[in-house]
Amino acid sequence: MKYKDYYQILGVERDAGIDAIKKAYRKLAHKYHPDVSKDPVGEEKFKEIADAYQTLKDPQKRAAYDQLGRHQPGQDFEPPPDWGRQFGDTQFSFDDVDLADLFAGLAGGRRRAARPGGGVNMPGQDYEVTAHITLDEACRGTTVELNLTVPEYDEHGRLHRVPRSFKARIPKGAADGQRLRLRGKGGKGIGGGPDGDLYLNIALHPHALYRVSGHDLYLDLPLTPWEAALGAVVEVPTPSGSVHLKVPPGTHAGQKLRLARRGMPMPDTGEGDLYAIVQIVVPTVLSERERALYKELSEASTFDPRGHFEREIRK
Amino acid sequence: MKPEQADAMWLDAHCEISIGELVQLSGLSEAELRELVDYGALAPNNPQESEWAFSGDIVFMLQAAGRLRDDLELDAQTLALTLTLLKRIRELETQIDHLRAQLPRRRP
Repeated sequence: MKYKDYYQILGVERDAGIDAIKKAYRKLAHKYHPDVSKDPVGEEKFKEIADAYQTLKDPQKRAAYDQLGRHQPGQDFEPPPDWGRQFGDTQFSFDDVDLADLFAGLAGGRRRAARPGGGVNMPGQDYEVTAHITLDEACRGTTVELNLTVPEYDEHGRLHRVPRSFKARIPKGAADGQRLRLRGKGGKGIGGGPDGDLYLNIALHPHALYRVSGHDLYLDLPLTPWEAALGAVVEVPTPSGSVHLKVPPGTHAGQKLRLARRGMPMPDTGEGDLYAIVQIVVPTVLSERERALYKELSEASTFDPRGHFEREIRK
Repeated sequence: MKPEQADAMWLDAHCEISIGELVQLSGLSEAELRELVDYGALAPNNPQESEWAFSGDIVFMLQAAGRLRDDLELDAQTLALTLTLLKRIRELETQIDHLRAQLPRRRP
């Protein structure tokens, strides 16, 4: 088991009073709590901070922690002989627990501290995992395999970290950020309590062509200047196959052309829309003939896209 | 190890859940949920009826608010304020995603 210096994690002295410990915890929790922090390591950091606080705020757990002695953070160590008997009746296998599991197992712990045989009826823990899928998988539905390592008690009340593997069917209609509940697939209930749930956060991989907003899709539609001016029929890819889109004459850059129900399928019925956003693209290399035609057009045309500049200045 | 097969259920605006289910899913008590409704932080879809139903997409914000309450030892009023702000953040994030989706990927 690796040692963690809970005093150092909270940034307090070893003889700090409960008020100083609480103050240090709150300050760090405000900064790193995963529900408020965008820090990529915030969740891991908060877990350490919360574990340290749960142990140091409880006089019995703090005494038990202090009895472990001082070690270098990350250093392998074993609790002194009789430590388990002195501070609780739990039998530990020290190989597959971390320090937080050890203290969660002591009396007075939080939800996960309840153990089989303790006469406590408690629901199992909920687990939350992010499932990364492609846009095509979201449209068709897919099955993902999830591998988790979770703390669980065996029938003798011993705490172990156990690998668990699930296959979860994600029905068609997933949108980025949507949540899926897998009932009863979380931690095992204790003393007849119901099993916890497993929650999947759906995260879509970026797509090469489409950008996603809910079930609507956005696609850049490059047009030539003459297609935009004269109108055209262009082929546009959609998740359900290519379609021919009529571009009206006089189409301008940034205009959104809506293809109704060509976005992503929704969970029950219906589909989102696909919006093709027009970009006017000019050739970077011109042939002599093209250059001559552009020149002829510039001489023949009376179109002035900046006419409003002058009008606005005169006001 | 053979993977277990699990069926899934979307928790979104199309899914309606009873107050009993919300108690089970959010980890908050019925009294706390009713207090959040009183504070205006939580709104049932059918406030006139005796059996309230809620939109499924509120579950995750309630879970987050509940975690913050537990971890930061918040009182009821602060819990309500937290939920209101979480909803506002979610709303703004959705708007940002929507606007970002409309930005061209590459400049022509």
